[in-house]
Amino acid sequence: MLSRLVFVSANALKGSGHFGPGLVQASRSLQTSSQSLAPVPPLPEKGGKTRHGIIPEELFQLLYPKTGVTGPYMLGTGLLVYMLSKEIYVINHETFVAASIGAVLIYGIKKFGPDVAAFADKLNEEKVSKAQEVKDLAMTNLTQAIEDEKKEQWRVEGRSMLFDAKRNNVAMILETNYRERLHMVTNEVKRRLDYQIALQDLHRRMEQEHMVNWVEKSVIGSITPQQEKQSIAKCITDLKALAKTAQATA
Amino acid sequence: MADRPVAIAEKRLMDVKLGELGTWIGGRDFTPNGLIASLRKGHDRYYNKYINVKKGGIGGVAMLLVGYVALSYMWEYDHIKHDRWRKYH
Repeated sequence: MLSRLVFVSANALKGSGHFGPGLVQASRSLQTSSQSLAPVPPLPEKGGKTRHGIIPEELFQLLYPKTGVTGPYMLGTGLLVYMLSKEIYVINHETFVAASIGAVLIYGIKKFGPDVAAFADKLNEEKVSKAQEVKDLAMTNLTQAIEDEKKEQWRVEGRSMLFDAKRNNVAMILETNYRERLHMVTNEVKRRLDYQIALQDLHRRMEQEHMVNWVEKSVIGSITPQQEKQSIAKCITDLKALAKTAQATA
Repeated sequence: MADRPVAIAEKRLMDVKLGELGTWIGGRDFTPNGLIASLRKGHDRYYNKYINVKKGGIGGVAMLLVGYVALSYMWEYDHIKHDRWRKYH
């Protein structure tokens, strides 16, 4: 449980080179032995087990086949008695100091251990959740980017249709222009030809009129006064005859 | 277990047979680089087993402290010898 705090603070120290390269090196040795490094394997849930906090469980497993469950305890007792009797461990004032400190430590650990553990776990949880948030955000951003990219690709496909429509537009404008000019040309040519026709008509009419006038003038000039008198007398006798016939029928 | 033959000097200590111990010690790398590498590896093994876990216990730190206490007792033994209760054991 204290090691959890150590771990939390060790992670904080990771910027300084002490633990960092070690961890990188550990992971690099992992890389050479197994196939690939990513995704990084998760941390083990629990550490190596220890009995009474200070003796690793491996010792008990080692001695179990030969001596059963009480073997390591017997070993411990024997060692302790041997050290005391031969005074390899000397009982002096420091023993009492060690005993009192040990008692206080054990009482403190037993009483406040779980609370400190929960606190350290909460700190870890917060850190992990923050990292997870960042990762989730990055994932959503990336998937969104993928969606947008696909949409852009779909749009690019439609661009050829756009160009076809534009090409059609331009062709139509060209056609319209061409036809306008064609009309203009036709109209101009027709106008000029009509002018020529009108001119010829005018010519013919003028010649006709002039000829008629000339004939009339010459005819009138050729009538002598005697002929005029004769024709007037004839007209009078004709008129009288007509009047008689008209009277007779009426 | 018929593994492919591994050189004696590269085996782990627990796999070395008693007769091969001399060869094993002779084959270890005692250059400064090798010593530092072995210290580094030992540190990594301890760290990754007891401290670099999600829910570590008191064991990881407690074992280090107990080791420190024992080591310092051993270093001070010549001084502590004088507090012995009996002269002959």
